[in-house]
Amino acid sequence: MNLGTLVFLALTGVTLAGGIGVVATRNVVYGAFFLLVALVGVAGIFILLLAEFLALVQVLIYGGAVTIVLLFAVMLTQTPEQRRVQDNPQRPLAVVAALVSLFLFSLAALTTPWKVHDDGAGPAVSFQELGIALFRDWGLPFEIASLVLLVALVGAVVIARAREEP
Amino acid sequence: MTPLQAILLLGGALFSLGLYGVLARQNAVLVLMSIELMLNAVNLNLIGFARYGAAGGAVGQIIVVFIITVAAAEAGLFLAILLRLYRSRATVNLDRVDSLRR
Repeated sequence: MNLGTLVFLALTGVTLAGGIGVVATRNVVYGAFFLLVALVGVAGIFILLLAEFLALVQVLIYGGAVTIVLLFAVMLTQTPEQRRVQDNPQRPLAVVAALVSLFLFSLAALTTPWKVHDDGAGPAVSFQELGIALFRDWGLPFEIASLVLLVALVGAVVIARAREEP
Repeated sequence: MTPLQAILLLGGALFSLGLYGVLARQNAVLVLMSIELMLNAVNLNLIGFARYGAAGGAVGQIIVVFIITVAAAEAGLFLAILLRLYRSRATVNLDRVDSLRR
């Protein structure tokens, strides 16, 4: 077993532990921190797969921004029931759905004859190639994504504004 | 087991965890966290295919960039909607937001 496999197994453990923490904790704030653990684990796997740019983006946007937004959401909406969160009555059904989904995904992953790269793994994509592809081949989707962000921001401000319509 | 299959298995496990969280949680913030887990599972699969797939390269990574963009927009809108909900109902318990069912 080589070093890469060991690191992958360790990161898998970290990611799954974080994920289980998110869905099992009774405290919303702990949930946010468990989510952070899972996201950093995924970022580590991105590095292992030679997607450094996405690992950076993952830590910056998910680990930084999204987690902070979630913590803000917890802080601004404090209710007594939030100290000890309960699961809802359809929890057994949720367990069944999750197990079925896990089974189907595992079956698909293990039995499909994937067309892998001839050398086992493709060449690493450098920052430069990624930037060129993003701004030349994917220019229009990129602009649309920025428009989506703008609209979401303006919409969020409009929705959250304190003053009610007259 | 090939490396690609290991990545796909991890993605499937992460997605299933998120699915369980979305279905079983009552608190809106925890539901959003579970959705983020599911999005991350998808990102993981895409990066796995970008690395090991026959038609790999930059495309997989670029789609992940767009998914992260949309996830960020979603988190911002979530905060706004949650604040509005909290102001009008004084709760973030999704099982108590059921006016459409009555």
